[in-house]
Formats: sequence, C-alpha cells, structure tokens
Amino acid sequence: METKKTSLYQLHQDCNAKFVEFAGYQMPIQYSEGIVEEHKFTRNHSGIFDVSHMGQLFIYGGEDLIKDLEKIFPLDLKNLKLNHSKYSFLMDKDAGIHDDLIITKTNEGFLIILNAACKDNDFKILKELLEEKYRMVLDENRSLIAIQGPKSSEILNDVINGVKDLNFMSGNWFTFENQKVYITRSGYTGEDGFEISIANDFVDKLTRELINKGSKLIGLGARDTLRLEAGLCLYGHDLDKDKTPVEANLKWAISKERISKGDFIGSDIIIKQLNDGVSKIRVGIKPEGRIIAREKTKIFNQSDDHIGEITSGTFGPSVNGPVAMGYVENEFSKKDTKVFLEVRGKKHPASICSLPFYKKSYVKGVN
Amino acid sequence: MSEVKYSKEHEWIKLDGDVATIGITKHATEMLGDIVFAELPEKGSSVEKDGTAGVVESTKAASDVYTPVSGEVVDTNQAIVDDPSKINQDPEDSAWFFKLKIKDPSEMDTLMNKDDYDKFAKETSA
Repeated sequence: METKKTSLYQLHQDCNAKFVEFAGYQMPIQYSEGIVEEHKFTRNHSGIFDVSHMGQLFIYGGEDLIKDLEKIFPLDLKNLKLNHSKYSFLMDKDAGIHDDLIITKTNEGFLIILNAACKDNDFKILKELLEEKYRMVLDENRSLIAIQGPKSSEILNDVINGVKDLNFMSGNWFTFENQKVYITRSGYTGEDGFEISIANDFVDKLTRELINKGSKLIGLGARDTLRLEAGLCLYGHDLDKDKTPVEANLKWAISKERISKGDFIGSDIIIKQLNDGVSKIRVGIKPEGRIIAREKTKIFNQSDDHIGEITSGTFGPSVNGPVAMGYVENEFSKKDTKVFLEVRGKKHPASICSLPFYKKSYVKGVN
Repeated sequence: MSEVKYSKEHEWIKLDGDVATIGITKHATEMLGDIVFAELPEKGSSVEKDGTAGVVESTKAASDVYTPVSGEVVDTNQAIVDDPSKINQDPEDSAWFFKLKIKDPSEMDTLMNKDDYDKFAKETSA
C-alpha cells in the first residue's frame, strides 16, 4: 500500500522535516531544531502538530443515536452538554481496549477522534454495532491540527476570533476564510491548547498564518515526549486489547452513573475489576540517574521477581531526566515503591511515582 | 600526532603515540538527533576492534558505540555522561568518549581518512 501524505506535506518539507512512516502516512518526526528544542518551545510558547492522520468520524443522529452509543461507550452521553467532549475507549466484551478516543457532542450528532492506526477497524466495528442505522463519515476531506502551549490561545485567537473563550474539553464551530472549522480546547501535551478540524484545502493557509504569529511546527517525536511527561497513554503501547481501562488506571473516564446500570460493552468485566481489584495496573516509573528504560523493559521487585514491563519510556526534556510508564503487579503499584529496571543486562534502580511527571494547569474557564 | 581516521560505524579516532582518543562523528550526531544519555566503557577494561564500547541514546532510540581499534581503556570523558547534550555541540573535539592504549597500530590502516569518510557518510545517508 502506498504511503499517504497529509495536506501539510509541502509545508513540512519547507520546514525541513525529517519524515517517518506512521500508520501508513508520511509524518514529520522532527524539524531542524530537534526534539528537545521543539518540546521546550511547546511548553514555553506554542507548537503546531499535524495530526491529520487521525480519524475524524462524524456520526449523524439524535436521541436514538445517544441511546445506541451508550451501549458502546461507558459515558453519560445523554447528559453531555452540546459541544462538550469526553475521553473514552472502544472496548470488546472482555473490556479490552480497541482504541482510545475523544467524543464530542455536536448539533448534528457526534464527532469522534480516533487513532490513525485504529480508525479503519474502529469504523468497521462501530458500523456493525450501530447496525448501519446512522450516517457515518470517516472524513478524509478534513485535516486536523493541534496548537499547544501557553501562547497558543492568544495566537489562535488572533487568527480565529473567539476561540479564547472556549472552556477545556469543549468546542464549537468557527469560520476561517469562509470555511467552517470545528475547534475544541483540548490536546495531548499537558499544555493549554486547541484541536482544529478544517477542510484540507485550507489547512496550509491556516497553519502558515499561525506560524507567522509566532507558533512553530512540532514533530511526532516531541509529541511523544510531551504526552509522556503529561502521563498520557499512547495506544498500541500503553493501551491495547489485552488491557482494560481499570488496569490502565483510567477509571476516572468511566461514568459512575453508567457503572451503576452496567449496560455497555465490557461492563461485566469493568464492574468485576472495580469491585475485586486488578492483578496488574499502569503506573508512572521514575528511573534513578539518567538511564532510559524503553518499551518492553522488564521490571523487578527488590526480591528480584519479575513484576511487570515498561510500556513507554524516554527522556523528558522538561523534567530533564528519564520518564516511563508501565504495568506492575498491583501490590507493587504504591507510590515510592522501589523497583529495578533491566536495561542492557543490568538492573537499575527506579521508583513508582504518580503521574503526570510534568504538571501545568489546563484552562478550566476564563470568566 | 597522526591524522584523524574514521570508521564505518561513524566513530573518529586520533592517535597520539600509542594512545588513541575516540568519539562519534558530527554526521552520527546529526543522524541520532538530540543525545540525552551516554554510557562509556570502564577504565581498565579491554575492548576489541569493532566491539561494543558504549551506548548513546537520543529521545528516540538507543545506539551502540563501537571501538574502531583494540586496546585498553585508559580514560573516559565523564563530562559527556553528566551532560550528554555536549555530544551534539562539539562531537569531534571536547565531547570525545574514551581513550585507548592501542594494541595493534596496524589496525589504524583499516580505517578511512576524512575525504573517504565524508563520501561514505554522504552515500550511506542518501
């Protein structure tokens, strides 16, 4: 299969991007300044991420759609306000995670943002579960960019007036060059920011305007270090079909209202795990010193028993040290528990820590 | 002091008497990106030509560092362990990795000179 290019490909080239293939797309891993500088620029100023490879699934419908989606997602969608977003997962009957996603209630139905590598399969699963009752569009004609970091609100508001009044995890339609753009205040970096869904033909112009106002393109490399410092999961690494939301320590994302009813896919297992506990759980892990423990690194306890594995690990530029997350047996998941990480045949000390590694407050409201 | 020689694994080596100073090339650092971790061989240990003699890691991945000649490690550069970003800043001078008392000077003859290395680096990265 031929690798796809996003509508910003030319701009990435103009900005000297190094490309990698990711989920069938040619995506920028970094630009000339490099991952560390890009990471810091996002934390201190504003960075733009091309995430057009991700799926933008529009499902059109009303009350019936809400009822049907509640059979799938562990969310109180009936009481979700118009233009508000929730983080959720597509699970199987064993509560294994097939994707993690953001779902937003729009005036015509719902917009679901899906991972690039999962989107086609998600579409198939959802179409089947919804019995083809609703119009579903996995929109290839729209691009998706994120603008993240403390200066982003000011910069984006200069180009698209009114976005600064959005609250965290809510969105709305705006216009740019007479085009309808859907903007949510959200992101994947631990910084204040926005995600912008815009027609392919206009994304280059918008992005260049944002760069002219002082923002910069940031590659997937820095996106990964930023999200890991923020303690956010990456599907295919920290989450997969063999892990449940309870094991992933994401029970905050499951509606309490819905658990009491227990009528969504995977609810039997979720309820059982919430009541009885889980044998493994996702934790933050801070290596001592500078050693970097990457994905698949084995974790041992003080008696040298193998108790888990790292699922994401890198160097965190803002933390200025190594950061990791992984799954350990539940009894070793308490904060400050000493563990050992096997890197290149040697065991290195580390401790269980709370997430995120790097904390900055999201904008909750402006009034 | 002899001319600087280069290996296909992107190390440089400079011989002074029977002690060689070894580091990684600027081209290597450009391919790796931001270096955030460095591990060096132990002082007093023996290393064999083309064997592993350290590790560098970027934010993306770990890469082995090889020694272009055999010998005994007589010194290591703690400064790059403490601040690995120095390797990106000055790879072919102050950010050297280790010094070897070399075993067999003829091993130097198997390595490339600067012109050949530059050509090699350009071809392999194209």
